Amino acid sequence: MDLKRVEIRWHGRGGQGAVTASMILAEAAIYQGKYAQAFPEFGAERRGAPVRAYTRISEKPIFSRAPIIEPDVVVVLDPSLDKSLYIGGLKSNGVLIINTRKSVSDIVKDIGRSDIKIARVDATKIALEVLKAPFVNMAMLGAVAKAVPIVDTTYIEEAIKENFRPKVAEANIQAMRRAFNEVEIS
Amino acid sequence: MEKDLWIRIPLSSNYAAAYAVKDVDVDVVAAYPITPQTTVVEKIAEFIANGELNAEMIHVESEHSALSACIGASAAGARVFTATSAQGLELMHEMLHIASGLRLPIVMAIAARALSAPLSIWGDYSDVMNTRDSSWITIIASTAQEVYDSIIQAYKVAENPDILLPVMVAYDGFTMSHTYEPVYVARDRSIILDYVPKKRPSWNVLDVEKPITMGVVANPDWYYEFKYQQVVAMEKSPEVLKEAFQEFEKRFGRSYGFIETYNLENSKIGILTYGGLYGTVTEAIDYMKKMGMNVAAIRLRVFRPFPYEELLKVVKNLEALIVIDRAISFGATLEGPVAMELATMAYKKGLDIALHSYIASIGQRTVTEEDVIAIVKNTTALLEKGVKVTEKSIYWGVRL
Repeated sequence: MDLKRVEIRWHGRGGQGAVTASMILAEAAIYQGKYAQAFPEFGAERRGAPVRAYTRISEKPIFSRAPIIEPDVVVVLDPSLDKSLYIGGLKSNGVLIINTRKSVSDIVKDIGRSDIKIARVDATKIALEVLKAPFVNMAMLGAVAKAVPIVDTTYIEEAIKENFRPKVAEANIQAMRRAFNEVEIS
Repeated sequence: MEKDLWIRIPLSSNYAAAYAVKDVDVDVVAAYPITPQTTVVEKIAEFIANGELNAEMIHVESEHSALSACIGASAAGARVFTATSAQGLELMHEMLHIASGLRLPIVMAIAARALSAPLSIWGDYSDVMNTRDSSWITIIASTAQEVYDSIIQAYKVAENPDILLPVMVAYDGFTMSHTYEPVYVARDRSIILDYVPKKRPSWNVLDVEKPITMGVVANPDWYYEFKYQQVVAMEKSPEVLKEAFQEFEKRFGRSYGFIETYNLENSKIGILTYGGLYGTVTEAIDYMKKMGMNVAAIRLRVFRPFPYEELLKVVKNLEALIVIDRAISFGATLEGPVAMELATMAYKKGLDIALHSYIASIGQRTVTEEDVIAIVKNTTALLEKGVKVTEKSIYWGVRL
C-alpha cells in the first residue's frame, strides 16, 4: 500500500464510536504534521444502526470532500455487521481490520477475497477487560496503527488525551496499546 | 507565514468559525441552535465559560430574536456575531434586511443546509442563495482554514466606514461544518486584533450624549435614497474587500481573492462551483489530466458583490463554462443561481462562451470525482451537438 495517501472507511453501529475513532486518527495525523481529514457519513444517527465514517491521511493537502468509495483500509468495529455492508470497494492489496473472536483463516474464508490483507483483534475482549465496558473504538485505533503504519501511537495517545478526561483517556490508551500488541495480521 | 505565530490544530469548519470569533474578541453573541450550525455556538460558549473570550452570550428563543439581539447590540457599538443554518436563516430573513438597512457591521457564519419541506438536515446552498437580495456581503469558504480567515476578514470589511454592511461567511453543512482538518490559528490573538482593531465609525452607534434615531419611517421622498446608499456601499465593497485580502496576506501569508482557479492554462473547458465541492472538482481535474483531458476549475469565493470583473479575466479564453450550482431557483430562465449571474455577465461583457448550467449536491446528494468527470463528458457531447447554452439546468444525479 502506498502510504503517501491512505483512505480509511470505518464501520460500526451508532453509539460504538466509529465517528470518534475516525476523528481521533485524523487529529493524531495532524499532530504528527501530516494532512488529514475525518468526517462521518451523516445519516439519521441512532443507537445500533450501522454507521460509516471516513479518514483520509496524506503527505500532501487533501481537497476532495467526496465519501470514500474505494478505501485502502476498512475498519470494522462490530463483528455482527453483515460483510456486504463493509467489504464493497476495498482496494486490492487493501487491509480489512476487524474486531472479532474469529481466526484469520476463518475470516479469509468468510470474506472470500485473497487479494486483501486481514488484521484481526478481539477488541471487545480488550475493552471489557481494560475499560469494563464494550467501547472498542480506541482499541481499534491501536490495531490500525499496527496494520497500517501511517500514524505513530505517540500522536494517537496525544489525540486521545485531547478528547477524554484524564482517567478515561488513560484506560483508552491502555486498550489502544493492547490492541496494537495483540492484533494478528495475515 | 511566521510559524511561531500560529498553532496547527485539527478543527471542523464550525470550530474554526468559533476560534475566529474568539480571536477577533467579539463582545456579544446571540444564537439559536440548529443542525449543522450548533457546534459553532457550543464552542463559543465553552470559550466564554473558560474565560478565553469575554463576551455576552444571549440565549434567545428563535433565530429571529438572535439576529434582533445582534442588531441591538451592534447598534450600541458592540462587535457581534451569530451563526445559523437553513430554516434558521429563513426565520431571520426579515431581520437580514433590517441589519443591512441600518448599516450594522454584523458578521454571521452559515453552515449551509437544504431547506424544508421535506425535512433535510443535510448540506446544500438553498439557504444562502435565498438571501441574495438582502444586501449582505457573502463569502463562501471551501476549507476550515478559510472559514477562520474569512470571518476575521469579514469584520475588517463590515466595519469599514465606507461599507458598514453585514457579512455572512458560508460553508458546506456537514461536509465542512463537521469535517476535521488542519487549521492554523493564532497563538496570541493580538496579531489578529492588530489586523481588525476594535474601532467602529461612530455615526450609527447609539450614544446618550449624542442621541440619534435608527430605523425611522422613510417616506417615499426619502426611502429610495437610503436604498441607493446601500447600492453605493456594495459598489465600494470590492475595493475594500481587495484591500482586506491584501493586508491579510501581507501580515499572515495566506492569500485569498474573489475567485480561485486551478489548471486554467491550456484548458478550453472550465468548471465553476463554490464551497467544499471545489476541492472534489480539483481532484477530478487531476484524474482528468492523467486521462489526457485539460479542464480548469474556478471557485466563486465572493457571491455578493458578484466578482464579474475577476471572472471575466479568467473565463474569457475558455470555449465553454460548466457552472455547478448547489441550489435551485425554481422557474428561473436558468435554474442555477450562479449560472444566471454568469449569463448576465456574458451578455453584459459581450462574451462569446458556451454556458452549461448543472444542479448537483442538492440535499447533500453525493458528488464524487467520477460525477465531475461524467459532467465534463456530458458537456463535451452537448458541445458536439452544438448546444451553446443549456435550455434549462441539467439536474445531475436526480432519479427521474
